[in-house]
Amino acid sequence: MATAEAVFEARGLAKHYRVGEVVVHALRDVDLDLFRGELVVLLGPSGSGKSTLLNILGGLDVPSAGTVRFLDHDLTKDDPDALTRFRREHVGFVFQFYNLIPSLTARENVALVTEIAEHAMDPADALRLVGLEDRLEHFPAQLSGGEQQRVAIARAVAKQPDVLLCDEPTGALDFETGQRVLEVIERANRELGTTTAVITHNAAIAGMADRVIRMRSGRIVEVTHNERRLAPSELSW
Amino acid sequence: MKLLRDLWHLRGQVGAIALVVACGVAVVVTTRSAYESLALSQSTYYASYRFADVFANLERAPDALGARIAAIPGVAAVQTRIVAQVTLDVPGLAEPAIGRLIGIPERRVPILNDLHLRRGRWLEPGRRDEVLVSEAFAEANQLAPGDTIGAVLHGRWQRLRIVGVALSPEYIYEIQGASLFPDNRRFGVLWMSRDALGPPFEMEGAFNDVALSLAAGASEPEVIERLDHLLEPWGGLGAYGREDHVSHRFISDEIAQNRVFGTIVPAIFLGVAAFLLNVVLSRLVATQREQIAVLKAFGYRDRAIAGHYLGFALVAVAIGAALGLIAGLWLGARIHEMYVTFYRFPVLRFSPGLTVIGAAIGVSALAALAGALGAVRRVLALAPAEAMRPEPPARFSAGWLERSRFGPHLPAAARMIWRNLARHPVRAGLSVLGTAFAVAILLVGRFFVDAVQTMNDVQFRAVQREDLTVLFHEPLRSDARHAVATLPGVVQAEPFRVAPVRLRFEHAERRVPLFGLPEGHELRRVIGADGEPHRLAPDGVILTQKLGDILGVTPGDRVTVEVLEGERAVREVRVAGLVDELLGLNAYLEAGTLHRLLREQSTWSGAFLRVDQRRLPELNAVLKRMPAVAGATSRSAMLRSFEETLARSFAIFTSVLIGFASVIACAVIYNAARIALSERGRELASLRVLGFTRGEVATLLLGEQALLTLLAIPLGFAIGRAFCAMLSAAYQWELFRIPLVLTTQSHVFAVSVVIAAAAASTEIVRHRLDRLDLVAVLKTRE
Repeated sequence: MATAEAVFEARGLAKHYRVGEVVVHALRDVDLDLFRGELVVLLGPSGSGKSTLLNILGGLDVPSAGTVRFLDHDLTKDDPDALTRFRREHVGFVFQFYNLIPSLTARENVALVTEIAEHAMDPADALRLVGLEDRLEHFPAQLSGGEQQRVAIARAVAKQPDVLLCDEPTGALDFETGQRVLEVIERANRELGTTTAVITHNAAIAGMADRVIRMRSGRIVEVTHNERRLAPSELSW
Repeated sequence: MKLLRDLWHLRGQVGAIALVVACGVAVVVTTRSAYESLALSQSTYYASYRFADVFANLERAPDALGARIAAIPGVAAVQTRIVAQVTLDVPGLAEPAIGRLIGIPERRVPILNDLHLRRGRWLEPGRRDEVLVSEAFAEANQLAPGDTIGAVLHGRWQRLRIVGVALSPEYIYEIQGASLFPDNRRFGVLWMSRDALGPPFEMEGAFNDVALSLAAGASEPEVIERLDHLLEPWGGLGAYGREDHVSHRFISDEIAQNRVFGTIVPAIFLGVAAFLLNVVLSRLVATQREQIAVLKAFGYRDRAIAGHYLGFALVAVAIGAALGLIAGLWLGARIHEMYVTFYRFPVLRFSPGLTVIGAAIGVSALAALAGALGAVRRVLALAPAEAMRPEPPARFSAGWLERSRFGPHLPAAARMIWRNLARHPVRAGLSVLGTAFAVAILLVGRFFVDAVQTMNDVQFRAVQREDLTVLFHEPLRSDARHAVATLPGVVQAEPFRVAPVRLRFEHAERRVPLFGLPEGHELRRVIGADGEPHRLAPDGVILTQKLGDILGVTPGDRVTVEVLEGERAVREVRVAGLVDELLGLNAYLEAGTLHRLLREQSTWSGAFLRVDQRRLPELNAVLKRMPAVAGATSRSAMLRSFEETLARSFAIFTSVLIGFASVIACAVIYNAARIALSERGRELASLRVLGFTRGEVATLLLGEQALLTLLAIPLGFAIGRAFCAMLSAAYQWELFRIPLVLTTQSHVFAVSVVIAAAAASTEIVRHRLDRLDLVAVLKTRE
């Protein structure tokens, strides 16, 4: 894996912001590479800076200091419109609260993204990938939480992004459903080869990763390689 | 503290709510205070200057008859006078003017119809050439104390010296004969020593005009009947009460018009404001769902939470009410001042009409509270834990649009817009209704402009087609017709006969001018609101619809015509038809029929002339010197007078209304867009995260607003038309009727204001949309 191409290269990243009179240091001097095709789990308690890091990588936020390179492109020099274009063309997001559009069916939620992407999959194929081929015409309100999250994953991978960023994808789900969602993420990573980063505070999930990055207080404190990726069905918490 | 913070946080919306309330309240306060002040100033004026209750003209009666009039039961005071019509030669005026000379006592103030001296001094005893002139006439002709004017007093030319400028409660409007609108350049009232006026008119020890006031509880019809009986041998022309007094009638109609303005229009505005307030607040509170749940979870009582939001609503209303009150009182006072100058009242009493204002504020507050309370109760009904969870994904279903054959081709954005609207049909409906109301009140504002323009067109283009109306001192025999036709510059001459009559039907009666028009008349036509000319029937009278309503007659009925001049014939005439003329109360006959009714050979009261404009000065000079001519009125002067009176008084209110309507429209549309943004912020932020550009996201939100606005426009047209129909029905005065007309320009105007408001709101919301904090929106669940 170490010889693979680095999709992201973050150097000296720092992020601080002001809440009232207190300055919060969300990230301090973080160096990080994400390599093509790998599945990384970013592990840490809340407030450790993992979401901030993910948001910066995904072009949702800008660092206070440091640089982020995506392939040969410097994201830190982009204006908001360029960042929007970057998200649109290269990034798939999965969030804890799914963020589906309630007025659109599963197929339409996926189509929303494939309509604006260049090398997109057929929405039905994306939904088949997450096992929802028989729920195409269901609205979010007619789907369970796990099913909604799978629609969100289908939506994220349907445009065949370079990178899939998942922020606490199982945070709002029970064990069995969470496991099912992780299987879908793992399958997308394996079958489509999408570089994937999963943020969680749930250490049990670390077993499915190629690499585990542990964070605390805005710093990366440990990076470990798993000898063998566990299948999500082997995980338990 | 939270209340203050919330108010600050939502200052845009609070401001918009306050503006809506302010406009609603301001319209009420402005119109109501202007109306009540006008009514109060009028009654104060009448009381202080002892305006008479009953009036009568006669040919000539000895002064001794005055005592017998005073003895009529119910009569409080009697004023017998000499009133004479004279031709005036006013410096700087080409045409001859008509003066009404009224004799007043030299040494004491008149018992009734007292004068208010504006400038100069009273008449000095013994100075027989001194006159006071009415202010309107003085101003129109730039006359001042010290100036002189020429007058033909009973065939003798005399120079009159102006010593003062005065006002009289009898001549708030100075209208001559059957004119509809004052022409202050060519008609004026002059007061002269009664002693000086007697000899030239052979009225020494006699009078030809009487005014009297009634004692409390006296019956006006009874007094009029007895007075008519007393005056009949002396050529009495029929006594009448204030109802039939031209100036009183005119100003009372105007005040009544203000009452309608002060009632219906503010009711519409306030109703719209209250409705919008209700909608806006209930949506605003609904967006606070999670906050309310948190407060509840912390153990706040329902009552305290409800109190908070009601307080929020009340503060917004209070700010609006205060602004509206200040603006309304200020505007009301300004309008009242203008009216007082315009009506020439010597007294100015401003009365803000406190009960109505209180009610206006109360209605606003109730509407706001009801809106806020409904929404708070819906949230409070949930368990805190449930309310704190994000709202479950809203239930949607595919509707007929998607199932139609266009369905598969709809872009996702169109689907989202369509389903959002379809899922909240009530909310979308209310939003459409709110904007529709904004369109409607804009139309109401413009309606008066259109109506006045139509009245103008119908009266001064279709009905009156003459250039000049010449009025003779007395009806002249038919050769006068030829004499007039051969005057210099006259292209076409059409004589007319007009006689003052009293029409009776059952218990109803009305004094009106009865016009006799010659066969094939072209210069003066009888035209209804539809613009179509009516033909005169050979044996029947055509009445203005309004006159028909007053008398309670329908075509085919026979009305009693009591001629108030000459032999005073009383006849029955069939009503041949009713015509919905827009101005005045009139009765028309064929001239031949009228002549037969009057038992006279063909005589003419005057003529309508079409004139070669280049020779007009020449014609005026001739007319001025003709003893038979009492005066000449030009159509353009009447048109100007119409524009300066009716049109102007409408213009004042119309601009105020349009201003407020525009503000309400903007506030409503802004709030709708702003609330849509807070309701949909999360969804839109999600789309931004997925890589949708600002423009694409804006299209989604604003597309929905645009669709709602588009739906609102035709609905607003319909509602506006209904409002205008209501107003048109209320504006059916004797002096004028307002037709239900709304021009294309008015529709375009209403739409333009709404679209401009929508565009401006769009810009503001778009700006906020651009600054959406994507990360924050994703972290928070609501």
